[in-house]
This record gives sequence, structure tokens and C-alpha cells, in this order.
Amino acid sequence: MTDLTKLKIAEARDALAKGDLTSLELTEAHIKAVEASSPLNAFIVKTPEIALKNAKAADERIKAGNATAMTGIPVAIKDLFATKGVRTTACSHILDGFVPEYESTVTQNLWDDGAVMLGKLNMDEFAMGSSNETSHYGPVKNPWRAKGSAKGSNADFVPGGSSGGSVTSVAAFTAMGATASDTGGSIRQPAAFTGTFGIKPTYGRCSRYGMVAFASSLDQAGVVTRSVRDGAIMLESVCGFDAKDSTSAQMDVPNFEAALTGDIRGMKIGIPKEYHLDGMPKEIEALWDKGIAWVKDAGAEIIDISLPHTKYALPAYYIIAPAEASSNLARYDGVRYGLRSAPMGASLEDMYEATRAAGFGEEVQRRIMIGTYVLSAGYYDAYYLKAQKVRQLISNDFKTAYQKCDVILTPTAPSAAFAMGEKSDDPLAMYLNDVFTVPASLAGLPGASVPAGLSSDGLPLGLQILGQPWDEANVLKTCGVIEAAAGDLGAPAIWWE
Amino acid sequence: MSDIDKATVAKIARLSRIKIEEDRLEGLAGELSNIMGWIEQLNEVDTDNITPMASPVDTKLRWRADEVSDGDKRDAVLINAPQGEYGFFAVPKVIE
Repeated sequence: MTDLTKLKIAEARDALAKGDLTSLELTEAHIKAVEASSPLNAFIVKTPEIALKNAKAADERIKAGNATAMTGIPVAIKDLFATKGVRTTACSHILDGFVPEYESTVTQNLWDDGAVMLGKLNMDEFAMGSSNETSHYGPVKNPWRAKGSAKGSNADFVPGGSSGGSVTSVAAFTAMGATASDTGGSIRQPAAFTGTFGIKPTYGRCSRYGMVAFASSLDQAGVVTRSVRDGAIMLESVCGFDAKDSTSAQMDVPNFEAALTGDIRGMKIGIPKEYHLDGMPKEIEALWDKGIAWVKDAGAEIIDISLPHTKYALPAYYIIAPAEASSNLARYDGVRYGLRSAPMGASLEDMYEATRAAGFGEEVQRRIMIGTYVLSAGYYDAYYLKAQKVRQLISNDFKTAYQKCDVILTPTAPSAAFAMGEKSDDPLAMYLNDVFTVPASLAGLPGASVPAGLSSDGLPLGLQILGQPWDEANVLKTCGVIEAAAGDLGAPAIWWE
Repeated sequence: MSDIDKATVAKIARLSRIKIEEDRLEGLAGELSNIMGWIEQLNEVDTDNITPMASPVDTKLRWRADEVSDGDKRDAVLINAPQGEYGFFAVPKVIE
């Protein structure tokens, strides 16, 4: 019965509809797999009772004939999404014991469609990180291990971040899909590191209501799955207008699965010359070339484009994101929720400072301080305003490029997954992981990472497809073509059970 | 401009309401200077006459009727407070 965890969402949906499978069987198999996956540390809260209750309700609904594509499908939730009655901490010590009295819109959409909740997933603290090593609950292990590398075949690799638990739960066959969130690449980079499909839609497609805020002008929810089709199905479920989010887009959500025609003949695919980095591993360049050849073979037209401000995206991001974070995280004061640290005789001010010192991890403290610095009197214009102007130029670059092409094809990350601890002492080296994903986040564009090959060490590599605003359909369609051309890349050997 | 010394770290920490012990100031000064030094490359970009971008979407904020749509949830609001007493958030004494 363990094979049930190998099913894709689309396959399970069809089997459930035909009556060949019940959600209860599917859910029980996944609960077992979650239980056995503890060494990976992907789940920080397991909710088997909720899952079984959801599964029974889903089976009733399927019988009654009003199922959706997600009805009865076991999924897991990044701990960034508030779940009513289930602990939600964004993997920060400062939210210790926080049990929301409300549900995020993204997760509510899944439950309304009949999905089954397996639990809450590990992540970098407040989504600040690219390796899932900043979590208060400890790092997540990448289910993939290198083959015969100098590092030794038992060395642990990071799954990427911040959605490290999301991609790991999906890659390790413990959840059929997972919610995730992207501020600067937190869905796409970890998807590339684990051989999973990850997509962030256009800013405004998914409601931010009930998502623990990091940088509000960048944060956007998305999904991680084991196929492009599954991604289309799950994405459609989580998207949609929500009056509770002032930046939610009042537009209809198309049928994303219907976009997967496999036909990209005549589509114009842009290749940005600025994404050729000095010192980028040869196998990343080679993978990119392969991707270009695949879409060309499928009848697409390759267009050379220029995104001249690409190299300034990361430094602009590391002003804008920390600035917004320093404001958003001001709410953690030890008064309304979470941790309070009040030494004997402490004043209110002492209590604030002690609580925030004890509750925030090092990387979060660092970013709050950078944000506070760039927003402080005398520096606001030189840093924050300057970064917002550069952001405009980056957005303009994409607008110009999209006059010539429909989608853009690049590598997702400048390397395969790296070893645990390799970059955790060097914030700048860690930030550079997001060099290819941050520009589209700044511009609010839809983007996806699709598994496209393996490194010489046998670790997964991904290609990134970026789209025009609201054009997730062409992103998905192009990813589908790459997925088919890449063929079966295999799966990690199950060493954790 | 990017050189952040110990006194500046102490000032930022205070503005951030994060207690930073004296022995961490030096290390943080180095780290933050390093990051801000890298950020300085933005000065190479000509941004004259460019409008700062605050949001990636050109949506106008929606209007809604000025009426109560939610509320009457005192206990739900207080339930996660580290110290909630008599229907209030409790904090250390602020007036003598």
C-alpha cells in the first residue's frame, strides 16, 4: 500500500472519482509516511486526527458527486499560513504556542475544496533564509543525497529555503502537494534543490490574509508538487480574490490545467544575457542550453533579451525586504501573542527588548536591524528610496523584454543544493542563492521552477520560467513542455525510514 | 556611509527594541558593514527622474461601506496573550 504515496494528485483525483480508491486509504498511507519521515524534520506539527476527519468528509463528498480536483488529496501546509486551532509560529521562537483563532484564505480555499491536512511544515524563521537552517525547530534535510561525491554519500544537503519543509514533504512522498510562499525565491529555489515543481503566481493572485507577514509588497503564496499538472490543479485551488487582502486582485482565476496543451509552437521565449554569471558552474550553463534546445525543438522561437539592471536586484531586495520586515515584525512585542521575556523588575521597554532578543534568531535580528537602519532618519532617501527606484527600473526591464517575448527561460539557482552548514556563517554567500529569483519577485511576476536534470553528483537541478503579469497559464504550459522533454529524473532513495 | 561602528549598532538595536549584549556589538558591526558595503553598488545606477516603486501591482485600493463587518471577539483576541487579565492585555507597570 505504500505505493499510494507515489501517486500524483491528478492520478489520485481520477482514481477517487472512479471509486478505485478512497481518500481514507490515501490519507492513511500518507499519515504513515509522515510518521516515518521524522529524520527529515519537514513536519513540525502533525495532524493525523484532522487528516482522518477530512478524509472521511472527502469520501462522503465524492460519493455525493460534488467533489473538486483537490477533494480527498492529502496536503501539508507551510507554517507561515495561519491554521485555526493548529499551532502556527512561522518557525520562530517568538511565536511560541501561538494557536490562531482564524484561518488563512489560502488554506481555507484548500479546505473548501475538500483537501486533507497532514500537518504544518518547517521553514526558515519568518521565511528569512535560503537553506531552511534558520528555523527555530532545526534544519530540514534534503531527501536527495549526492552519489559518490567527495562529501561522502551520507552527507546531508540543505533542501533550500525558505520553503524547505514544503519541498521536502513533497519530494519525500509524504504529502501530494504543499503550500509555500515566495518573497525572493522561497518557492522556486527549494523546488530546484529537491526535484519538485514550485510555482509562485503573480503578486495579488493569492490572498495574503492569514500569512505571517515578512515583506508585504513581495510576499506571495504558491504551491509545490511532483508534477506541473499537479501544480496547476493545486494553484487553481489556492488562488482567488479576497476582500480581506487590500492587494488581492479582483480577477477570475483561469482553468490552469487546461493550459497544459503541450503546444508552444510559435511562442516567443526570452533568454536574458545578464543571467550568464561569472563563475557559474558549467553544468548549470549546460542545463540552460538543454532547456533552450528543448523548447526550440517544441517549436518555440528563441529571442535574445536584455534585463540590464539584473545585478542590482539583490542589493535592492536586501534594502526593501528588511525595511518591510522591520515594520511588520514590530508587532512582536510580548504583549499580544507568543513569547514574553520579562526579567524581574523589568519595565515595559525592558520587556520589549528582552522578548525580541530572546525570541528572534540571528538572521531575523540582522534583517530587522538592516531594515531599521535603512529607514532611519538621514538614510531613508539614500537607501530605501534609492532601492525603490531601482526596483522600478528592474520592473521596467521586464516590461521592455515582454514586448519581444511571452515568457523568459533561465536557470532557477546558480548551483545544486549545498551541504548543511556550508554557507550558514556567511550571510552574503547565502543571499546570492536567490540571484535568479529575486528580480521577478521585485517585479511581482509569476515564476516557476521545473525539474530539468541532475548534477554530476546526482542532485536535482531546475529551470525557471517567468511570465507576464497574470499569465501563469503560459508559465505552466512551457514548464509542461520542459518536464516532458527532461523525462524521468528518478526519485531520492528512501533512506530515512 | 556604509561603515557601521559599535555605537551605530547599539543605536539601531535600541531603535529595533532588541537587546544586544555589549560583546555582540563588534561582530554585528562587521557583519552589517559588510552587507551595507555590498549594497553600496546601487549608487552606480542612475535613478534621476525615476518614480519609486512601492507596489508591484497598479491596483487602486478598494473602497467599502463604512460599517462594522467583524468584531465582538474580545476573548478570541486575548486568548494568545502571554498575560491577559480581566479582559485586558497585561504589561509591566508603566506608571509609578
